Parts: sequence; C-alpha cells; structure tokens
Amino acid sequence: MNSKTILEVKDLKTYFFTRHGVAKAVDGVSFRLKEGETLGLVGESGCGKSMTCLSIMRLVPQPAGRIVGGKIIFDGVDLLSKSEKEMRSIRGKRISMILQDPMTSLNPLFTIGEQVAEPIIIHQKIDRAKAWEKAQEMLMLVKIQSPEVRIMEYPHQMSGGMRQRIVGAMVLSCQPDLLIADEPTTSLDVTIQAQFLRLLKEIQQRSNLSMIVVTHDFGIVAKVCDRVAVMYAGRIVEYAGIRELFNHPTHPYTKALMDSIPKMEVKVDRLYSIEGQPPDLANLPAGCNFAPRCSQTMEICEKEPPRESVVGDGHKVSCWLSTPKRNE
Amino acid sequence: MNRMEVLLEVKELTKYFPVAKGIIFSKVIGVLKAVDAVNFSIGKNETFGLVGESGCGKTTTAKLILMLEDITSGTILFNGKDIRQLSRPDLKNYRRVVQAVFQNPYGSLSPRMRVRDIIAEPLVVNNTLSRYEVKERVAHVLEVVGLGEEKGDLYPHEFSGGQRQRIAVARALILNPSLIILDEPVSALDVSIRAQIINLLIDIQEQFGISYLLIAHDLAVVKHMSHRIGVMYLGKLVEVAESEELHKNPLHPYTRALHSAALPSHPDDQREEIILPGEVPSPLHPPSGCRFHPRCSEAEAICHAEMPVLVDVGGGHRIACHLAKVR
Repeated sequence: MNSKTILEVKDLKTYFFTRHGVAKAVDGVSFRLKEGETLGLVGESGCGKSMTCLSIMRLVPQPAGRIVGGKIIFDGVDLLSKSEKEMRSIRGKRISMILQDPMTSLNPLFTIGEQVAEPIIIHQKIDRAKAWEKAQEMLMLVKIQSPEVRIMEYPHQMSGGMRQRIVGAMVLSCQPDLLIADEPTTSLDVTIQAQFLRLLKEIQQRSNLSMIVVTHDFGIVAKVCDRVAVMYAGRIVEYAGIRELFNHPTHPYTKALMDSIPKMEVKVDRLYSIEGQPPDLANLPAGCNFAPRCSQTMEICEKEPPRESVVGDGHKVSCWLSTPKRNE
Repeated sequence: MNRMEVLLEVKELTKYFPVAKGIIFSKVIGVLKAVDAVNFSIGKNETFGLVGESGCGKTTTAKLILMLEDITSGTILFNGKDIRQLSRPDLKNYRRVVQAVFQNPYGSLSPRMRVRDIIAEPLVVNNTLSRYEVKERVAHVLEVVGLGEEKGDLYPHEFSGGQRQRIAVARALILNPSLIILDEPVSALDVSIRAQIINLLIDIQEQFGISYLLIAHDLAVVKHMSHRIGVMYLGKLVEVAESEELHKNPLHPYTRALHSAALPSHPDDQREEIILPGEVPSPLHPPSGCRFHPRCSEAEAICHAEMPVLVDVGGGHRIACHLAKVR
C-alpha cells in the first residue's frame, strides 16, 4: 500500500488533426500506477486505450497525432519534457511494450537470439557473446524448451504462443520498471492465453514489475489486474480497484458492458445490448460522450460533460448520476 | 437428441489433405488429418456448438458441410439423404438451404456492390423471382436484421463492423435456409456489438426455426448460444453433451482444461487451474493413441497405444477417453 507511484498520467490529451476535423483520441485522461501494480485499461476499439499507451511511450503517429496537453510523470520526471534521444534510452530499457500480434513485432529475417540480444547490447552496453548468454537465460525464464537450439532459429519456426513468449523475453531482458501490454493475448488460443497470463504474473511477482494491460476483455482484467480504468470515447469513465469495480460497477457504460458479456457461471436468457455505436471522435456530443447510448440519460447529460466524483475508496466515476449535488 | 428431429447428421466424417513437397517434381510427403472420423448431428431448430483451438478441424468440418471441400470418407446426411448422392435439383436446393456467416464482415462483403445487391445476389442466382419480388424480399430481411430498407442503397464501407455482420446475416437469410453455419460470427466484433449480434441470431432462430452450427473458440459465447456442444481436438471430436451438462460436468481432460482456461467473470471466481503443458502438436504427425495424451496429466499406458472412441456415458453425453469409464 505504501509503495511509491511509478507512473502518473495527468490530464493527458492526444489529438489527431485530420482533414475532417480534430479527433480527440485521448481527452483528459488521468491515472496513477503504483510499483508492482497492474492497471487494466478496458474499452472498445477506438476508445483511446492504445493511444494512451502510445502517448506514454511517446510513439503517437506523427504528424497527424500530437500530445496537446497534460503530464506523464514516470519515476518523478515528466516524459513529455524529454528529448527524442532521451526517450530512446528509456524505451525498451525502463518502459517496454508487448503488442497484440507477435508476428509483426518480430523481424522474420533475424534469428531469435539476435532479436532478444539486441536490446541487451544497446541498453546494457555489454558485448555480443555475453548478451547472447543473457538472451538464452531470458528464453529459459519465459519457459522456452531447449533455448540453446531455439536461439538459432527464426520466428517462423515458432508457434504463436512461443513467439509471444519470445517477445516477452525481449521486453523483459533489460528489467524494465513498467511493462505496457497492449492486448497481449488476443491472437492466442484459450489454453495458450492461460499459459501466457500465468507467466506474466509469475515474472511480475518476481521482479516487482508494474504493468498496464490494455484489453477489451473483462475476463483478463479479472484475472491479472489490481486496478481498472474503463475508457469510453477518449475519457476514463470509471476508475476503481478490481474487486470494487466488479462488486459495485457504477457507470452505466461499465454496467452495460459487463452485462453484455456471456458468462460461464451464470445463465441468462438474453444478453443486455447497448444500442447504437460509439461516437465519432471528431464530432463528440456536447455533454456526456455516452449520453446518446445511455439508458438513464437526464437533461443535464446532454448539455454538460460530467465531472469526476468519488463514490468509494479509490473509486471514481464520471457520471451525472453519481454526482451528489451541484453546488453552483 | 431423441426429442428432436435430426436435420443434419455427420457420420465418420474424414478429411485428409495431402501435403506435398517441391514445386516442380512435387511428391506427397504426408497427409494432414484435418478432420478424422467425426460423428455428430444437428436437430431442427437446434444450435450445435463446436469448440476447440485453432487447427482442431472445426472450420474444415464447416467447409465439408458447405461442400466447399471434398469429403475424403464418411457421409453427411441432410434430412436423411447423403449429400454426395443428391440429384442436381436436390443439390441446388441443398446449397440454397445451407448458408453461412463468416468471421470477418470486412472480407465477406464485396466493396463494389450496394448492400441491396449483395443481399439480393443469392436470390437472383437461385430463383426466378421478378425484380419487384426481389426488392420486397430484400426489404423484408433488412428489416429482420434491424437495418431498415433505406440502408440498402449504401456500400459496405459505410457501415460499422456490427452492421456489416447484420448484412452478412441478411444475405444468409434471404433464401429461407434451414441451416446456417456460423463460423466465429462475433469474434471480430467489439464487446457491446457482440451482444447485439448474439441476440439477433437467437431471435432469428426463434422466429424462423433455423438450425445453427456455431463454430467459436470462446466457450462462454458457445455455451450461451448452443443447445449442445461438441469439443474438438486435433481433428477428433473428444466430447459431446448438452450445453449445461458439459458446463457442469465436463469429463474429458481437455474439456476440463478448456474450462479452466476460460477467463473468469469475477476476480473472486476461484476455478481449478489446469494449465496444459506445451502446445497442440502438428496435425501432420499426430501422437499415437489418444491424440491428447502428451498434454494430459492423467495419461496411462493405454492412452499411448489405443485411440479411444466416442462412447455414451448417459443422457447423450458422449466422450472419447479411455479413463472415462473408470471414473
């Protein structure tokens, strides 16, 4: 509980300037991540969860995308004040990222060994032979069988699950403080997904790693996260500890999302379905972004965006329904 | 099973793909047993779910039923008739009443055709209706899938993923099918849209009395939609049971592992954690005996030697495992 905050994102705004107007991909996102904790960023496609992560890595696609405001304080320093050169010494060393599709994050023309050793050579400034030794250790850590053989092989010789573990070996080789996993198991099969999630948890416990897991699946959140931020149309609509969120989901969107997922344990005749589509990010509604699809819309919801209110221990919701009284 | 009339029956269905090496002087170096002696049936108005991991043969099974691949051996009986022995008009009718909806609504709709024409195409190909009747039918199915007739003039790119999947469902519906093959119908969709499509499919089934063969890897979705479920592993059907029964009482070790790997719906869900070692072996060189034995924690000598067959353990719950009888 007393562990220090490793990452604090304050009012982050990442906009895309397009011919059709300004798309507010990330629009005032704030959260805190403590050392050794896992934060889940949940939401549907286009809600800004991946863009939030790319903003932390300072990898927002240029020139259309730009971080227009806010602060990203990582280990006491604002990443937005860093130069590109300084960022390069942070990426891969202190903050690492796992992407959805392991095939596209591995280069098909290089052996596994070269790719796992590369960040070690670059960031730890040790010679090739030692780096390869270390790479082999890393492969062992992520439970690749006979690493001394695998290290000489190419990505196409591996299965999907193995590739994702190799990416895991790569990103963990420099012992980062923060790992961002963007839909890490979406392309994997169910049993392989379970293997990989367990591996991530094990490594996290061993090295006190902090993680941000981006996902659209509440099941993954329930399995690995300590804290959750639910995003909708560029904003965090609900932010709470994992048990608090599952026991008392408060925002209508969170509730609707949870009710719309078929569950193994409970039998329902009919799933709840949220009508309509998420809004166009370049043309957001004047009030609450969720108002057009919400079943409990009030007059105020369509006029003014809701402010964040605290409804429980570390549980914040941006919804007019949860705002106690407006004192104006 | 007995309470229902059988619509489609699959008997000892087998599909081997020859694997060739070399381009010019190619020779067959092995066979890939994609589907290996699979038996199941689908009743009228029933949803039969097929679950399994990639490469287990569930999509090949669907392709065989759709006659997109030739059967190596075994039979598929539709209303009691072998589909390979159908007369030309019967065959044409079979292709009309068995329709499919695929995973990717971006790939399965032609970007150059108006939605109206996409939906009408099967009708134009298969029937001799007048232009006016075609228009009426299209308007009707558009209404059924919740899109509205005026949307017919638009092109696929003007729709979101969920709406495109509705168009695909409309196209499958237009010929009044009796069986629709749903191959991962919701896995490409967002969570909130998924529920819309699942509800739509269930409504359509109730309204028109259609049977579904649902193929998916998400156990929760399959359980929600299906009446009965079959679990496949490396081309073999390892367990078949009523949906609720399979969930409460999974008997095959692979089914139990799949169950435990399914994600919890609450952080306090304590499920027995069975993490399978290793990965699915290559179907080119499937293990001897029971195909699951290298990853099975309970494997015994007999599992290495002999291939188990699907046996009924009561109430239509069938399982292919040597150790099931002991249990």
